[in-house]
Amino acid sequence: MQKAVIQLETLSCPSCMQKIENAVKGLNGVDQDSLKVLFNASKVKLDFDSEAVAINDIEKAIENLGYPVIKSKVKSA
Amino acid sequence: MQRYILNKKNQITLISAILIVLGFFGRFGLDNVMIFNGSLIIASILGVAPIAIQAYQALKVKVVSIDVLVTIAVIGAVLIQNYEESAIVTFLFLFGSYLEQRTLNKTRSAIKELTELAPENALKQMENGEFEEVEVDDVDEGDILLVKTGAKVPVDGTVLTGEGHINEASITGEAVPVSKKIDSEVFAGTILENGTIQIRADRIGEDTTFGRIIELVEEAQDSKSEAERFIDRFSKYYTPAVLILGFIVWLFSKDIELAITILVLGCPGALVIGVPVSNVAGIGNGARNGVLLKGSEVINDFSRVDTIVFDKTGTLTVGNPEVAEKEFYGKNTEEALGYLASVERESDHPLAKAVLQDIGETTISAVEKTEVVKGGGIVAKVNGHRIAVGNVALMERENVKLVKKAQKDIKRFEKNGNSLVLTAIDGELKVLMGIRDQIRPGVKQDLQRLKKLGVKNLVVLSGDNQGTVDLVAQELGLTEAHGHMLPEGKSAYIEKVQQEGHIVAFVGDGVNDSPSLALADIGIAMGSGTDVAIETSDVVLMNSDFSRLPHALGLTKSTSNNMKQNIIIAVGVVIILLASLLFSEWMNMSIGMLVHELSILVVILNGMRLLRYRLKR
Repeated sequence: MQKAVIQLETLSCPSCMQKIENAVKGLNGVDQDSLKVLFNASKVKLDFDSEAVAINDIEKAIENLGYPVIKSKVKSA
Repeated sequence: MQRYILNKKNQITLISAILIVLGFFGRFGLDNVMIFNGSLIIASILGVAPIAIQAYQALKVKVVSIDVLVTIAVIGAVLIQNYEESAIVTFLFLFGSYLEQRTLNKTRSAIKELTELAPENALKQMENGEFEEVEVDDVDEGDILLVKTGAKVPVDGTVLTGEGHINEASITGEAVPVSKKIDSEVFAGTILENGTIQIRADRIGEDTTFGRIIELVEEAQDSKSEAERFIDRFSKYYTPAVLILGFIVWLFSKDIELAITILVLGCPGALVIGVPVSNVAGIGNGARNGVLLKGSEVINDFSRVDTIVFDKTGTLTVGNPEVAEKEFYGKNTEEALGYLASVERESDHPLAKAVLQDIGETTISAVEKTEVVKGGGIVAKVNGHRIAVGNVALMERENVKLVKKAQKDIKRFEKNGNSLVLTAIDGELKVLMGIRDQIRPGVKQDLQRLKKLGVKNLVVLSGDNQGTVDLVAQELGLTEAHGHMLPEGKSAYIEKVQQEGHIVAFVGDGVNDSPSLALADIGIAMGSGTDVAIETSDVVLMNSDFSRLPHALGLTKSTSNNMKQNIIIAVGVVIILLASLLFSEWMNMSIGMLVHELSILVVILNGMRLLRYRLKR
């Protein structure tokens, strides 16, 4: 399991959170319970299995919704 | 393409504003309906594009968002050829979200200031021995780093060589620079004001004290209270419900205009944003003022506290005992004080420090033989005299006769809450000193402010003797004071008060009172941001500054009220809009959207007031 912190550009509508949550949850290999979308900090925190899904795929899923990713940090948990 | 449109949202907003103005000029200035319709249609299509893209993306992940409602409403308006409405609604929606973003950034500014204090670069020793600048993320534990004057310490570490003064305000709130030399601990985010040091990285990134403070504040600003989670669940079903309602209205009345107006009026904008905005502004104000609040649940609980329990007298007093009263007996006082100082110089007892400080300059003689009497004091030989320094029990052991006056003085000193230090020379009492802790300056006024803010019970639980505790309580106007308390006794007391129906805050230093901190409704740690304090408590007062406590309480009260105001504004606006649609003629989509966007700005501005909150003196 890897731990990722993804910094997004400022989120301004709370409904973005729900969108991002659903989009990331839909990916294979993401630990659903660990997923947290921080509205005010504009961050996404999650644990994921790097063999099932790459960090790039997660970033892409978020960027496809129209929320640019600034940077992401991955640590082994 | 999609992303291109989303990125150009602001430009689109501006163009559609120009087109709308142009359209109205065409109609009323040139009396040309072609220009009017033409430019408004373009404005509608241009404006709805980014909204529709967002709506589509939301639907793809099974979310019915506000964008969905607005897109359907605008398409409906175009279909019934009401271009005026479609253009104005899209413009207002886009312009509104632009303003939202701008103002939201303001409410988040306080916390952003804090996170920007985080160090970004470090000078790391490479394999060739040279120091090179690297990103702080590339520093590993055990690396050797160079910190120059004026630079930020990049990680928590230990000084290997060099010395200097460090401003630790970002960790402790204390602006006075602290001197550091070899083996001193240094903390990430603090600033080296002078000198040059090399350090070994002990903890990096989020494991540093500063990293943990930032993480805590970031998590806190996004933590949700029970009420907020309810609103979230509610809005999940609310938006689809509005969509269904609009559909039903259309089915029965065949009135598209009415149906799409309902879609716009039903938007839940201010409701979902109102509470998070108050929360982030309140926590931001706290962070800026050395008060760390761990989330909105804490804010709500703290605002209702009616009993505050202090874990020891040390919280209220300076914690630095001083000689408060003294009496001398017989002749040769100067000589006695000299002997006393000579003996106390050998001791590291806290009372000895107070005695020496009080005596000041004096003749010091060589101490020949010292014997420490457990639970009594010291007996020593100086210049051939037998000097006994200690409590009453020691005097009895030494067969020192206490004259009537001395007995009376002792009683009086004890009643005033002093610890006693008696000095006898060759079995004759010479000096009696009463030593006690001083009340911290300003504490009395701060306690009064707490009372004014609605705290009914102020209680101190202390390990000190009852006399000392009572005296402090009396001087400060505390409601209750209990001495001789052990940690178990403290938590038992808190449980008892909670059962009586009080909401209890416990103020401690987080060192050995974790059970009480955890048990109380609100655990407040007064510490220099030590690990334990940060972990176990709900509120951290960063620099042990007592005056932060009334600020913290007042702030949580204001924040909690602010949240309630925002909920009322949001719910009120939706009710009034829907009601006026039913009972009045003037309501239409554009006005509805305008009111909505205004209400969102009102709740954000209302939340922003918290950034400036200060306790009235």
